[in-house]
Amino acid sequence: MTSTTIAGDARPAVAPRRRIKRKTVQTVVWFIGLSILTVIVLYPLLWLFLATFKPNAEFGTNPGLFPNQPTVDNYGKVMEGIAGVPMWRFFLNSFILAVSAVVGTVLSSALAAYAFARVQFKGLGIFFAAMIGTLLLPFHVVIIPQYIIFNKLGWVDTFIPLILPKFLATSAFFVFLIVQFIRQMPRDMDEAARIDGAGHLRIFWSIILPLIKPALITCAIFAFIWEWNDFLSPLLYLTSPENYPLPIGLRLYNDASSGGADYGATVTASFVALIPILLFFIVFQRFLVDGVATQGLKG
Amino acid sequence: MSTTATRVIVTEDRSSAHLLRKSRREVDPVRPGQRARVRRETAAGYAFLTPWLIGFLGLTLVPMVYSLYLSFTRYNIFAPPKWIGLDNYIRLFTKDPVFLQSSEITLIYVFVGTPITLAAALGTAMLLNYRDKGSGFFRSAFYAPSLIGASVSIAIVWRAMFATDGPVDSGLQVFGIDLGGWIGNPSMVLPMMILLHVWTFGSTMVIFLAGLKQIPKELYEAAEMDGAGAWRRFRAVTIPMLSPVMFFNLLLGLIGAFQVFASAYIISNGSGGPAGMTNFITVYLYKRGFSDGQMGYAAAMAWVLLIVVALLAFILFRTQKSWVHYAGDDK
Repeated sequence: MTSTTIAGDARPAVAPRRRIKRKTVQTVVWFIGLSILTVIVLYPLLWLFLATFKPNAEFGTNPGLFPNQPTVDNYGKVMEGIAGVPMWRFFLNSFILAVSAVVGTVLSSALAAYAFARVQFKGLGIFFAAMIGTLLLPFHVVIIPQYIIFNKLGWVDTFIPLILPKFLATSAFFVFLIVQFIRQMPRDMDEAARIDGAGHLRIFWSIILPLIKPALITCAIFAFIWEWNDFLSPLLYLTSPENYPLPIGLRLYNDASSGGADYGATVTASFVALIPILLFFIVFQRFLVDGVATQGLKG
Repeated sequence: MSTTATRVIVTEDRSSAHLLRKSRREVDPVRPGQRARVRRETAAGYAFLTPWLIGFLGLTLVPMVYSLYLSFTRYNIFAPPKWIGLDNYIRLFTKDPVFLQSSEITLIYVFVGTPITLAAALGTAMLLNYRDKGSGFFRSAFYAPSLIGASVSIAIVWRAMFATDGPVDSGLQVFGIDLGGWIGNPSMVLPMMILLHVWTFGSTMVIFLAGLKQIPKELYEAAEMDGAGAWRRFRAVTIPMLSPVMFFNLLLGLIGAFQVFASAYIISNGSGGPAGMTNFITVYLYKRGFSDGQMGYAAAMAWVLLIVVALLAFILFRTQKSWVHYAGDDK
């Protein structure tokens, strides 16, 4: 502020006004440029939304945004479902899986994170390094043996192979995110509690958990969205259509439509499957964006 | 200088270690049972760690070792594994042109797609950093695709958008550009997959933006006083100050890109086509292991992937000293 005034005093009276004008022009250009970029980035989603109102015949003939003869028939067809399974069933399965993933991930990741961040025990260094290592491990390396194990246990075509790993904190992303969050918390409170005779379980439950709520919410949202989107694990483990979550249900539409059959229903099913995530995003975007930002900076 | 996050961690760790030492010193004379205390701490540590430990051993470490063993066998899940030594690996590199093509397109996807995504992310982050007011909306709009980019829904949308005479194809034809379609065109389908990857630049952008906000304004002011232009300020202030964030994004971006699966699977209907141009290593591994029942061969493929990723991480960490600048150690 002060530097502008000094500069203004030192120069002829026109200069500041011209500078302000230049600044305004820059801001307008900035705003227009970003708006154009926004339209490009969001165009696929806008196209998807409007395409759900296109009759089948317009796919392939009308590549534009707006339907020539808008209809809501696609939604009716999608509600009926595919392969003898109604759409609500895919939704229910996805919902069960996603909620289980949220509960399991938050619980097990918070426990592990507390051990890594606040307990001094033998082996801490090795296990922490191992945890960071799994952050970089491609999931495809373990799918074959994992499949063999779950198959031996007779768990194929149940939800167990999809849910159990979530309760065992296998995603290092979440553990690491919570570890970083706990490390930021001042230790005064746990030290005071310890002097008063509180054990680790007490400190974890009554002091740490309430403090790290924002991190837990971030984890919960990501766990939900990732499970909702997950394609590979249900593709591997679920074989009967009534167990399919949405992504595998969508695959049925995609296969059926590649013969040129029902593009309208496929596109509409895709859109309907995205709605919960888009709602999540609109409601929780602050947690999502901040969660990603902190995660990155602490790396 | 002390404002960057890395610095914060270092100071925080140091102060907590100091606290710990202090508390031990205070406790020691009162309670001679120091060893009992250590034992109690260790018991508590492992109690909290139990779920993670079971998962790490049972779902990561043991499966990794088991998959290494399987990679030296012929195995189809029905008959017991049969030891064949290095045959799988020899077959991969000398007798399987599909694997070689699969590796080639995966490497192209990773090493072309990731730098473009990082550049797009850094560019938009700098644009957003220009002004705080009003940038929140744009930040959210750009971030949204990264949440759904790997979903089946978006793969289906991409298929429709890039279909022959679809929105993108006919849109380009208006400008007189005829690329011969994308989806069914072997030379355009990989660029199309890379475009889908670049479209999810938002999460990387958010991390860059948080990093940019940590750079002290005085550094730019000082550089400007010394007569540095915009490009010079970018090279001499932004790049070095942002290099830890850049390192993080590069590492996780490269490793994440190797794991592209759902979109390629859906766009090609599980075939990896046209002409094998979406047959990424993950798609090929899935086909061999689970459609053809060649689990030993697929395990060998998985280990090649693991070794490549580990090697990449190793190289990045080793070269880190020469280009990543951590505030606080100005050497």
